[in-house]
Amino acid sequence: MAKIEKANSLGEWFDQRLNTTTFTKVMMTEYWIPKDINFLWAMGVLLAVTFKILVITGIFLMMYYKPDVNLAFDSVNYTIMQEVAYGWLFRHMHGVAASVIFLIIYIHMLTGIYYGSYKKGREMIWISGMLLFMTFSAAGFSGYMLPWGQMSYWAAMVITNLFGGIPLIGDALVVWIRGDFNVADATLTRFFMLHVFLLPISIMAIIGLHFYTLRIPHVNNQTSEDIDYDAEAEKYLAGNKKESKVIPFWPVFISKDFAVLGIFLIFYFYLVFFHYNFAMDPVNFDPADNMVTPAHIYPEWYFLWSYEVLRGFFFDIAGFKAFDIGLAAFGFANVAFLLLPFLDRDPDILPAHKRPMFFAWFWVLMVDLIVLTVYGKLPPTGANAWVGFFAAVVFILLFVALPILTKIDAKKRGA
Amino acid sequence: MRELKILAVVVALTLITYWGVEPFAHSQMHPHVDAADYQFKDADGLKGMKGNAEAGAALVQANCIACHSITSQSFPPLMDDKTSAASYGVVPPDLSSAGKIYNADYLAAFIKNPAKAAKTEHKFQDGATHPMPNYDWMQPQEIADMVAYLQSIAPKEMTNKEVFADACQRCHAIKYGDMQKGTMAAFTPDENIKAYMGKLPPDLSQYIRSRGESYLHTFINDPQKHLEGTAMPRVGLTADAEQQVITYMQEVGDSSKADREALGPKFLIYLVIFAIFAWLWKASKWRDVH
Repeated sequence: MAKIEKANSLGEWFDQRLNTTTFTKVMMTEYWIPKDINFLWAMGVLLAVTFKILVITGIFLMMYYKPDVNLAFDSVNYTIMQEVAYGWLFRHMHGVAASVIFLIIYIHMLTGIYYGSYKKGREMIWISGMLLFMTFSAAGFSGYMLPWGQMSYWAAMVITNLFGGIPLIGDALVVWIRGDFNVADATLTRFFMLHVFLLPISIMAIIGLHFYTLRIPHVNNQTSEDIDYDAEAEKYLAGNKKESKVIPFWPVFISKDFAVLGIFLIFYFYLVFFHYNFAMDPVNFDPADNMVTPAHIYPEWYFLWSYEVLRGFFFDIAGFKAFDIGLAAFGFANVAFLLLPFLDRDPDILPAHKRPMFFAWFWVLMVDLIVLTVYGKLPPTGANAWVGFFAAVVFILLFVALPILTKIDAKKRGA
Repeated sequence: MRELKILAVVVALTLITYWGVEPFAHSQMHPHVDAADYQFKDADGLKGMKGNAEAGAALVQANCIACHSITSQSFPPLMDDKTSAASYGVVPPDLSSAGKIYNADYLAAFIKNPAKAAKTEHKFQDGATHPMPNYDWMQPQEIADMVAYLQSIAPKEMTNKEVFADACQRCHAIKYGDMQKGTMAAFTPDENIKAYMGKLPPDLSQYIRSRGESYLHTFINDPQKHLEGTAMPRVGLTADAEQQVITYMQEVGDSSKADREALGPKFLIYLVIFAIFAWLWKASKWRDVH
């Protein structure tokens, strides 16, 4: 056993038992971060805070929510919104955070792509991040269904139906996922469990993994410069703070995160109080009705791009059914980003503006994602259907072309 | 400076996406409809004719109270809601407040030909007739007199809830209006109203949120504009009465609005102070490293 002496302070008492001094050094005051970063590097902390808001408000909502098809709608719209003191505040905070967290995830993700933060030793950061994106998507989808509104009901119907397209086991899989032949009470109860227990727990675990993956390769920086962390840290500790290329996580790095967080929270609470309905589809304030289909069924905004890839293939090609092609494209869209570290064949880590082909690729991707998102919500008729088709094709071609484009960049640079 | 440029790019892309999935998409999915017409210019109304309330009293008592109650004038309903719904298909409205909440021209047109004024003629084809018969055999002056009488007995003030009950509750429930007691259920029993309308008219508790104020205004004024062929009649509310209905729907469906508006600025002031301190702290920490 370690040598335990009479402690002179509470801090010392804990230090002897939990080694808190070393722990704080490793985790905070001597966890080195590159100095050359911009506010986009604060997105991780924004996500952590938003996730915390979701968990806490979710716990309060859970106290009054009833996962029963006959009670769910009224428990949300009447009990929580009108009877419970500040229930409306918790609901709006939860609903807006659920939407805003995806905006921040996308900014976080595209920042990583722009600066090449998924490459050469940072693959696990990227992969764990994409796993987080997938679990967040599942959490968003399962939570969206809980108020048992008309749009969430039909979105659940459409999304669960997709699994029917999987060869051989499709039909049985749909029934297995729903727990019934239809989206019904069994589906609601299990989605409730997924949303309040299994998925949040998984997210917390993967967040732990995501943080851990940063430890060894360290955070990337604006110029993607390869920093000798030991040497730079020594400079910093010796007092040459201005010369050193690194800063400690606490308090220097986090002080910037807090400053960005301050601005973010103003934006977030402005939405909560004055524009909460941007995140809530009006159709969802009609109770679910399995006899009436809404005029257009569309998911929440953050799924629209992949929904449009699914929907873009609206005609049969070479004997393959439109539905099957769409489903395959949808599957591709959902794993394409995960494969990014392996599709990018450039041996160097560089920000996009130092890789001409990749720079063009990045902005075409941005525009394509926005086009897919906007057209994913519009009715898929006439010209809309064709825009959706071409945008979906462009999306797929982008990922097919990536290995070639990145190779060309590297060759031109002489790498 | 560089960071401001990056921020501008992030904000611009976010706003473009927002514009695409909200205002733009909604403009595509909900085509524009004409503004509400509270004059009911298309209705076969009074055409400027003035009525005599005293003459109208006799006519109303001779023609209307066989089916309609006028409780304020001591003509109580002859049957309970359930029985009258079974007899007429739908509970006939009490006429005490009709002169206040309905437009006078609309009332005249409705007395002459209810289905036409309500724009529900498509519902009454092939022998099916509107439960209220046409009174177009009457002299225009007689109809003007009856309208004048209804206006003379109408209350000067009504609460939002009273207007809602008179205008909407014969067919529509709004259960959040009185969740505990069930008094805001539709007057006409479900099975009768379903048979009369073709389907159960929706509960209006959350309509202020699912439809929004501006849609409700144009919809109530003329349901056919948004839902061609709907069984819902044009009820002929005046602009004031319609505003009271919508205000009531807001009070019921969005009861936390006042709290939200009161608390919002306080939250934001607190956060601005937090942001100022956070930036000062950041500046003090980064001064050493730059």
